[in-house]
Formats: sequence, structure tokens, C-alpha cells
Amino acid sequence: MLQEHAKIVQFISLANEVNGRKKMQKMVYILKKMNFPFAEKYELHMYGPYSEELTLRVEELCEMGFLAERFEDKGSYKQYCYQVTDEGSKFLTTAEAPKEQLPKCIERLNEKSSRFLELVSTLLFFDQLDKEDQIAKVRIVKNKLNFTDQEMDQAFAFIEEMQTSSVS
Amino acid sequence: MAYQNEKMPEEKVFKDPVHSYIHVRDRVIWDLVNTREFQRLRRIRQLGTTYLVFHGAEHSRFQHSLGVYEIVRRILDDGFRGREEWNEEQRLVALCAALLHDLGHGPFSHAFEKVFNLDHEHFTQQILLEQTEVHEVLRRVSPDFPQKVAEVIDKTYPDKLVVSLISSQIDADRMDYLQRDAYYTGVSYGHFDMERILRVMRPTEDQVVIKHSGMHAVEDYIMSRYQMYWQVYFHPVSRSAEVILIKILHRAKFLFETGYAFKQEPTHFISFFAQEFKLKEYIALDEGVLLTYFQLWMEEDDTILADLCDRFVNRRLFQYAEFDPAVQYMKFGELITLFKEAGLDPEYYLVTDSSSDLPYDFYRPGEENERVPIYLQLENGDLRELSRLSDVVEAISGKRRTDHKIYYPEDLLVDGNPLHEKILELLRG
Repeated sequence: MLQEHAKIVQFISLANEVNGRKKMQKMVYILKKMNFPFAEKYELHMYGPYSEELTLRVEELCEMGFLAERFEDKGSYKQYCYQVTDEGSKFLTTAEAPKEQLPKCIERLNEKSSRFLELVSTLLFFDQLDKEDQIAKVRIVKNKLNFTDQEMDQAFAFIEEMQTSSVS
Repeated sequence: MAYQNEKMPEEKVFKDPVHSYIHVRDRVIWDLVNTREFQRLRRIRQLGTTYLVFHGAEHSRFQHSLGVYEIVRRILDDGFRGREEWNEEQRLVALCAALLHDLGHGPFSHAFEKVFNLDHEHFTQQILLEQTEVHEVLRRVSPDFPQKVAEVIDKTYPDKLVVSLISSQIDADRMDYLQRDAYYTGVSYGHFDMERILRVMRPTEDQVVIKHSGMHAVEDYIMSRYQMYWQVYFHPVSRSAEVILIKILHRAKFLFETGYAFKQEPTHFISFFAQEFKLKEYIALDEGVLLTYFQLWMEEDDTILADLCDRFVNRRLFQYAEFDPAVQYMKFGELITLFKEAGLDPEYYLVTDSSSDLPYDFYRPGEENERVPIYLQLENGDLRELSRLSDVVEAISGKRRTDHKIYYPEDLLVDGNPLHEKILELLRG
């Protein structure tokens, strides 16, 4: 029952807190690409891979009282932050045990900025292409973000690190 | 004359209940319609299991695809042509993408994708880019043309205006399916003044915007989306049929994997069970094939598979009850135990379903939501997000409304057996 909901609560519980809807979207997508069993379907949107299913699932979890959503006005931008409630922690008992590599991967993802995760997830969206084509594609769909070569290198290194961490 | 500019000697028209006529002058479009991959869409219903609730909803993705093409054709030929923001060289790629955007849908698309972990958009790309009749037609335009059409559908095409015609919060896809689904289901929601919207659409550098005077027509469109979702797309009985369909496919997969001897071998499914299928096998599937298997599997010795197929074919659907996970999730564990005691496998006969299981894109104004919002263009050229100017849209946009149901075979529980009575009492709250 509600296994997919339970996985999201578990994810946020392991992250302790996720700051920003965009960040959450990208973190789940990257984990999914690392073969962690998230079921949410993604499409390419304004800020890279985006899942309407995930948005709705999080809304449902907030309504159920399993997640707490906090709105933060940061001046130049606004963001929503998510934490697991006490009720959510009880609900977590219905979740299957996570793969042992999951907490470490979540920790690494949570340290990164949403801009960086947007780059990583968009590169992963085109991972069926060669590296050069991946970069070219990202430069087309993200032309306004002007990612530097250094950021690209860091993103590829991070993907490699995540791939190693997720199987070790 | 170059193939891409070639016109039919006489305009071809398709009679259509939504748009009256669909007009085809371009040879490329006509040739695409006649490919086997496009004709296959005649055998895929637009609304999956909804025909089991609204009996008129037998319309196909073939009709919808033609409808999307016609809307884009009208936007371009009647609205955008001659405007400096519109590059007429993009016309053919936009029309082809509109026509072909749903090419990869499989039978009972949503359920099939869920069970086999597939994505129809991936198959659309494959059909466009691999050795298919569609690919051959597109290649005759130019070697890179299939890739261009694929990029528009994949939303990675450099010209964002072209992408927004087919994929945005007010696009030809939604405008067609809302009207078409309303027409075929017979409901009175879903109607809006598309003629007006087409007249007030304006091209900008990277998206279509709406002239401010057209705001009320767009409000109507947003309300139609909202009502159609709750009244048609998320209808609980249609969801019941989909729940059973998903369970049939799960059961067949499980039986295959555990060596069950089928009376009717699941030949068409074997490569999907093994996750090793080829595009040709995917294209070979349609709803006729699935329904034939379901009919034959009604005679299987496995009582669960036979019963589920009988339920789907003969519309003996599961009953549903409201379910509030926030306070009832513990009860679910108790129900599982009781179902097992009663000899009913809860894996197949006790199912929860949430609104996030059938996501529908409510209008979202933007913020962190990643969707490009609908913009109104003011007289001075400035753009304003729709919900900032429309009280009606502001009232429903981004508002949460979720729904959870629990599905079960009531007919197997209403025999007066005390255990069954206890289960029913728990289910009905």
C-alpha cells in the first residue's frame, strides 16, 4: 500500500530536510538514474527533468500530514522546504528497507546546489548520447544558464562518483 | 519541386466531429498518415479504460493526432503567417511533430507502461529515428529531418516557440483532447471557445502568449481542464477498470516467471516479461491483441488470472471506498491479514489508488514548479502570468485536491460469511 509514497518519505527522512522543490525533483531523478527504485516518471521541463507525479505525491504526503512543508522567502527567490513529521516517521514503518548505499548518495546530493543538480540531471537525461553530444544538448536546452566548461567537468566527475557509490 | 514543398494536387480533407474538417495539402503529411505506424494509432483508444464508464469514449489516438495537427496548422497558416516573430521555415517540422507526437503510445498506455516500466515518449523517438515507414517519409525531406521532429517532441529543439505549440500549458495537444474527450464521453464540461483562443495567440521568441483581451477564453479552457480531470479522467469506475488491467498484466508476468503452463501462451508478451523486446514487437501490440488474450485467459486454470480477465472483459469491476491514508493506513495491514484468511490474495484483490497514480497537469503558475506559465500580453507588450490577472484562474491554480480510494471485489464478500462481513465493515469505514 502506498509503497511509492513511503519511498519519498524515506528519502526525505534520510536527507533530514530538502530545501527547494527543484532540488527535490533533481535529487530523486538522479537517484532514479542510479537505479534506486523510484517509480516517478520524468519529462524534460524548464529546469531540466521534472516529474508531475512526484509533485503530486509530495502534495498528497503534505495533505496526509506525513511531510511538513515550510515556505521560505529568501529575498531574490522563494523556496519550499520539506521535512518528515512524527506521523510520517510512523508511516515509514510501512516502507521497505532502502538499499544500503542510498543514505550516502542522498547526503552527497543534498550538499550540492540546485543549479549544479540541474546540470547533472540534465546531462543524465541525455545519457544515451556521447559525452560531446550530451554537452552540446545541454548547451542548447539550457542556453540561458551559461554553464562553464569547469562546471561540466565537475558534473561528469560527480556522475561518476554517484555511479560508483550507488553500486559499492 | 522539393518533396518538403510538394502539395497534393487537390486538398485532402478528413471529416472530423470536433474540427468539422481536417485539411491536408502537404504531401509529407499525407504520406505520414498512410504509414503503418500512424495507422496503428487507430487501434489505440485515446482514453484507455474510460469506455467502460462513458460508452462513447471509443475514440482513438489516430483521431486525436489528426486533431492536434489541424490545430497547429490553423495556428500557423491563419494566425502566425507573416508575423515577424514566426519563422515560416519551421512550419513543416511543427506540423509533423504535431501529427506524430503520440506515435509511441502502446495499448492501454498508462497501465501497460506502469507494469513494464516503459515510457511511450521513448518509443515515439525510436519510431521516428529507426527503420520505420515514418522514418523513411521524414528522411525524404532531408537526412536530419527525423531528428528535428524528434527534438520538437522531446522538447529539446532549439526553437522553443515550435515546442510550445505542441507542449506547453496551452497547446494544441490539450486543446484537442479536451474537446474531443468531452465530445465522445458526452459530458458538458470540456468545451471552451477555441476559435477565440486561436485568434488571440501570439508568437514570441520562445513561446506562444495570449493577447490580454483573450483572457476570459483562456479562463474557460483552464476550468475545462480542471473539470474534465475530476469528472472524466479520474473517474473512480474507470480507475477500477485500470486497476484490474494492471493486475492482469502483473499476474500473467508472475505466472510466466514461475513456470505456469498457460493454455494460451502469452506469445506477444514474452519479450516484455523478459524486458528484452524490440521496437517491432512493441509496434505489433495494440488493444485488439490485449483484449484477445484477456478473452482467452478467461479459460485458464489459474483462478486469479481467469477471474481478473473475466472482470475486465465482462465489466465486473471492483467496488471502491474512500480511503484516508493519514488515519487509515494502519487499517490496511489488518485488511491484508483478513483478506488472506478469507483466501483472497491481497496482492490482486486489495488495491489502493491515489490521484498521483494518474497525474494530470493542473495549471501551475510557475514559481518553483518548473512549468512555463501562460502569459498574457498587455497592450504595451509586457507579459503577465495568467493567474495574476485572472481571479478565476487564481482561485483554482496550484490548489491541492487529492483523492485516494481502495478497490476490492465486493461481489465475493457479500455472502453473509462473518469474516467477509468483518472485511466489508472495515472497508466501508
